[in-house]
Amino acid sequence: MARITYREAISKALWEEMERDPSVFILGEEVGVWGGTYAVTRGFYDHFGPKRVLDTPIAEATIVGAAIGAALTGLRPVAELMTINFAFAAMDHIVNQAAKLRYMFGGQFTLPLVIRTVSGGGRQLAATHSQTPDVVFAHFPGLKVVAPGTPEDAKGLLKAAIRSNDPILFIEHATLYPVRGEVPDEEYLIPIGKSKVQRPGRDVTIVTYSKMLELSMKAAEQLAEEGIEVEIVDLRSLRPLDIEPVIQSFKKTNRAVIVEEGWRSYGVGAEVAARLYEEAFDYVDAPIRRIAQKETPLPYNRTLEQMALPQVEEIVRAVKEVL
Amino acid sequence: MVLPLPEETLLEMYWTMLLSRRLDERAWVLHRQGKIAFHISAIGHEAAQIGAAYAIRRGYDWVAPYYRDLTLMLALGYTPREFMLSLMGKKGDPCSGGRQMPNHWSLKRANVISHSSPVATQTSHAAGIGLAIKLRGEDKVVLTTVGEGSTSQGEWYEGVNWAAVHKLPVVFIIANNLYAISVRQEQQMAVANAADKALGLGLPGVSVDGMDFLAVYEVMKEAVERARNGGGPTVVEAKVYRITPHSSDDDDRSYRSREEVEQFKRRDPLLIARQKLERAGILTAQRVEELEQRAKETVEDAVRFGESAPYPSPEEAAFPVYAEDARYA
Repeated sequence: MARITYREAISKALWEEMERDPSVFILGEEVGVWGGTYAVTRGFYDHFGPKRVLDTPIAEATIVGAAIGAALTGLRPVAELMTINFAFAAMDHIVNQAAKLRYMFGGQFTLPLVIRTVSGGGRQLAATHSQTPDVVFAHFPGLKVVAPGTPEDAKGLLKAAIRSNDPILFIEHATLYPVRGEVPDEEYLIPIGKSKVQRPGRDVTIVTYSKMLELSMKAAEQLAEEGIEVEIVDLRSLRPLDIEPVIQSFKKTNRAVIVEEGWRSYGVGAEVAARLYEEAFDYVDAPIRRIAQKETPLPYNRTLEQMALPQVEEIVRAVKEVL
Repeated sequence: MVLPLPEETLLEMYWTMLLSRRLDERAWVLHRQGKIAFHISAIGHEAAQIGAAYAIRRGYDWVAPYYRDLTLMLALGYTPREFMLSLMGKKGDPCSGGRQMPNHWSLKRANVISHSSPVATQTSHAAGIGLAIKLRGEDKVVLTTVGEGSTSQGEWYEGVNWAAVHKLPVVFIIANNLYAISVRQEQQMAVANAADKALGLGLPGVSVDGMDFLAVYEVMKEAVERARNGGGPTVVEAKVYRITPHSSDDDDRSYRSREEVEQFKRRDPLLIARQKLERAGILTAQRVEELEQRAKETVEDAVRFGESAPYPSPEEAAFPVYAEDARYA
């Protein structure tokens, strides 16, 4: 096991898959000569060449649209959208095309497409550069939405995504890139659509994913000092949503707090809570709590931004409230 | 008159245009009878489409068409029976098995992909396919089509620009029928020819009389050869006229005069093709009658086939959403 960063893990996944399969190629803004806005593809251009690491015009719709065209011919494009905020400029291709082509073409074509993008606040990039609208994309059948919270998951899930025959939105978190974690030295894949218990516990179930896993882990450590043991279930993908490990955990703890970075309304918390009420109603011992972003566009000022984003203290408080 | 193609090929082109017209007319009737939910017509566009179809290697090259391309699809091997299955939303429709709207074609066996209902999406798909062809070092070409209305979309410029930057093997056809549903060309663009838009993007833009199938073929042949030989993409504008309303959902009397429609009917592409072939001694009145009879029988057969075909079973609504064909609730 090596301790590498989330960035290195993603970069290695891409590198290994490109070495393994010549049909994999990368396209996006700044991915080539510059090595990517978040430096994930640094060194790729020199090694794989301009044909397989394609710098594109600033044209998000066509980055995704062209990737769809190439994928329909059997290539495996990895399209990079600089941030998920820019995905709205490519929304038609993601929602009306990628998500629906298999179905609307009656299964004639497969779409082995990965769209890598970056979500999340915390870097003072304000309202149109810091959103966490992951659930928007998870709403659409036909897409898969993967959002890893650790370097190990990032690497294994991205490699699986590149080998998948479905369109996958692979959402990385802007503030996780420098975070280190243990990653196996040998090759491994992590199947898409499997939740994972990241920390075992007996008292309260925290359901979360991506950056909020990090905050939940911190909250769990604080709570452990007071003798409260939370179990943390990391969804890892929002669609498909693997609810079974959540239900299993909830049947043990009878209490849940759902932590997401996006807005509360119509969010991951709403979905997971509804599923728990539907499928484990007899096990509910306390109202299920949701921690999420305040319902405003995200502000630029650091203090204001932190006020709007979920905080460790809120998670700690919510866990104590449901106990 | 020097013929650009063998006689039998020219006859085949005429036949396909004729068949397209008669199928299309029947689709309107079926809609009026309440037997189908939607139709969007190719009438008036047949010559432009057949000229383009015969300029590519059909079944080898890729095609990203738009909803008005019935003639093009027939030339690519889409059958009248299949068209009826699609119109009626029947099981076995190869485009989608009753899942996609009619005329939103896709046909893997002919390398045809479909498009979204928001227009011009296929332009960027075509650029991507061109990219894939180039990456693989193949000698294939992509033919993609839009109406002139779609050239107002940002995506059209994005896709064409990409292709021009990378010299991708794509031919971008604009079927300019003067109307984006009801909005006339002058309200859509300041240039006189839609092909002039290519000027700003650094690739050739050619306008051609889209009512004349041989004129379209000549222009297309050059564009396709340029694309195949590494010379890059071309924008080809075929000036046509949509003789019918936009789709079965609008009434064109609200936005254009009957006189205008009648005037363009005198330049009906089928009529022009017939006159040309008759003058060349390839077609006779008797032969036209025979072809008409054959078209009638083919259409009847297709309608009967479609009407007797089963609908998809209700559970087919649930798939195929994902590769593993899972039934997600």
